[in-house]
Amino acid sequence: MKTVNIKIDGKELVVPEGITILEAARQANITIPTLCFLKDINEIGACRMCVVEIKGARALQAACVYPVSEGLEVYTNTKKVRDARKVTLELILSNHDRQCLTCERSENCELQNLAKSLNVRDIRYKALYDNEMQPIDDVSTSIVRNNNKCILCRRCVSVCKKVQTVAVIDTMERGFLTKVGSAFGKSLADTPCVNCGQCIAVCPVGALTEKSHIDQVWDAIADPEKYVVFQTAPAVRASIGEAFGMPIGTRATGKMVSAIRGLGVDKVFDTNTGADLTILEEGTELLNRIQNGGKLPLITSCSPGWIKFCEHNYPDFLDNLSSCKSPHEMFGAVLKTYYAEKMGIDPAKMYVVSVMPCTAKKFEAQREEMKNSSGFVDVDAVLTTRELAQMIKECGIDFANLEDSQFDDPMGDASGAAVIFGATGGVMEAALRTVADVLTGTSAPIDKIEYQAVRGVEGIKEATVNVAGKEIRVAVASGLGNARKLLDAIRAGEANYEFIEIMACPGGCVNGGGQIIQPSSVRSWIDLRTERAKALYEEDRALPIRKSHDNPMIKALYDEYYKEPGSHKAHEDLHTHYVKRDNY
Amino acid sequence: MGTDCACCSDEKSKKLLAVIEAEKNTPGSLIHILHEAQEIYGYLPLEVQKTISEHTGIPLAEIYGVVTFYAQFSLKPKGQYRISVCLGTACYVKGADKVLDRLKSELNMDVGDCSEDGKFSLDACRCIGACGLAPVITINDDVYGRLDESEVPGILAKY
Repeated sequence: MKTVNIKIDGKELVVPEGITILEAARQANITIPTLCFLKDINEIGACRMCVVEIKGARALQAACVYPVSEGLEVYTNTKKVRDARKVTLELILSNHDRQCLTCERSENCELQNLAKSLNVRDIRYKALYDNEMQPIDDVSTSIVRNNNKCILCRRCVSVCKKVQTVAVIDTMERGFLTKVGSAFGKSLADTPCVNCGQCIAVCPVGALTEKSHIDQVWDAIADPEKYVVFQTAPAVRASIGEAFGMPIGTRATGKMVSAIRGLGVDKVFDTNTGADLTILEEGTELLNRIQNGGKLPLITSCSPGWIKFCEHNYPDFLDNLSSCKSPHEMFGAVLKTYYAEKMGIDPAKMYVVSVMPCTAKKFEAQREEMKNSSGFVDVDAVLTTRELAQMIKECGIDFANLEDSQFDDPMGDASGAAVIFGATGGVMEAALRTVADVLTGTSAPIDKIEYQAVRGVEGIKEATVNVAGKEIRVAVASGLGNARKLLDAIRAGEANYEFIEIMACPGGCVNGGGQIIQPSSVRSWIDLRTERAKALYEEDRALPIRKSHDNPMIKALYDEYYKEPGSHKAHEDLHTHYVKRDNY
Repeated sequence: MGTDCACCSDEKSKKLLAVIEAEKNTPGSLIHILHEAQEIYGYLPLEVQKTISEHTGIPLAEIYGVVTFYAQFSLKPKGQYRISVCLGTACYVKGADKVLDRLKSELNMDVGDCSEDGKFSLDACRCIGACGLAPVITINDDVYGRLDESEVPGILAKY
């Protein structure tokens, strides 16, 4: 690697040639403020917050896109620089709906933080269209866009277009009228948006938020007639601590359960039980398809963002999708049938709330197909990790100092295989653990159940796994841009597999669109996917049961109710179908 | 507008598909395709933009973003008689805004619109270089200068 000698604020540095001033400054512990910058995703130098003085250059330059070269002398903290940043920030603020007190992103807003750190106390400019509020698009089941708060940083556009290749939003019009939106001013609901929520996760301000279910959940909790059951997805425990000042990657399972109990709900269960059930159903489906010449590759169906993406863009793969509902839907179905029957609860009065790292689950839960033999919907409301954190705060619960507690019996204990569902490759690994045992008719020892080849944050992972003497070609993709590459290769006949796991969000659910939002200053430099996934693999190792089929609850469920995986009754409650969807 | 729908068999669609086919592998050809498409259809409605998107692989949102960025492109059809009101500096100070307001009220439509019968469309434009005649409007190739708003009904009556 070639290096160059540069000077930043008088500090002499040796840095790799070609990195940006922003990165070089970071290596020297010099902070340059940014707003539109998001490493590898949005590096366009648009907002001008990161301007610096360069010796010999006529104008101030954007540090986020300016590459270092030999002898470069940079000043990041002169009066000229500070004044320029402040004027720019005031101009951005002049056109921003500054109702910060009631904004969802208050105290977690990059714009607010900048205004504070740059000591903006007065906004000298008045917006040209000060009294014209733009309409809020809240028609989507998952995502709300409030352009009055949009600062046109284009981070959402970049993640939607470049990372996810969904590309349903872009900048429209020009000059003062510029706005981010969809073609022909359509609501997101009327586009091929897949509801993944990655746009929300990267929005620096409150322009993009989830469609909140908080009020309806509070209403259900307050209703004495309702039996409110919460279930939490694996990835939630790996992120929720961040909302309460805990380090990224903290495994907060026990505190989360205690906090949910504090909300006044009737039961707290683990979606992982549903994940174990998914493995039994999906593993059986895989074996059936392999042994009986069914449609291959089998592709996982846990990620509703991926499912909608497939329905819009790859309808020729719909028969490859596993017919399994996603774990929380399966679990909701079990709660309203088996569990309601067993406990003598009227399923009409049961209110199932899924806490998910995901905004697409809100869309999924209201799909017509997501019903079960009780006649009711599987899941009544879906909260994101953020919404749960908000509700906990509303109750004044001191999360960080809570005692740990356990999920409720009997649906609470799940396997380690289920907990790793939250990381890319986890569903694949969990399935392989079960399929291997089924094929051999034995129980693989603990040192033979970790499939390292499908772990890690690489966008596409391929492996040939020897399962009980049988070679199974597998692939794992996370992020829809990677899913597109993989499917295009299969369409072109360049690749072939028996089993594929696809997750809509890069890194899987740990980096879902419903997780706690980390600012660019964190997510540009720390790999959230890896850090949060560590918590899940740690929990897997800590659990006594690490294979889905060893979960006694699952055994009981089949013995008492579904008889065997793939049974008629199981199909009625636990499986679904898909539809081809038009683009626009 | 899929390839098998009725509207694709017509002449305009054939022309559009030929343009896309010739240009789609040239990087940066979107604006050229849009120009040609507007030449063919007179404007760029959803169906036309969808066709371009489907055949080039460029997302519809991006195409729409380009169309709305440039004043040259129109989302609405143009009339048989295209009225342009010059709002350049000279025309403006000579009362072009009043002429425009009168046109709007006489035709009962806004800038950018086309009348329901397709006869007139109304646009505002930048300086057309006829400042000596300010305020000035054009209707297709006819130029009307040194206008007073009261002359508007009489001019429209000619068409």
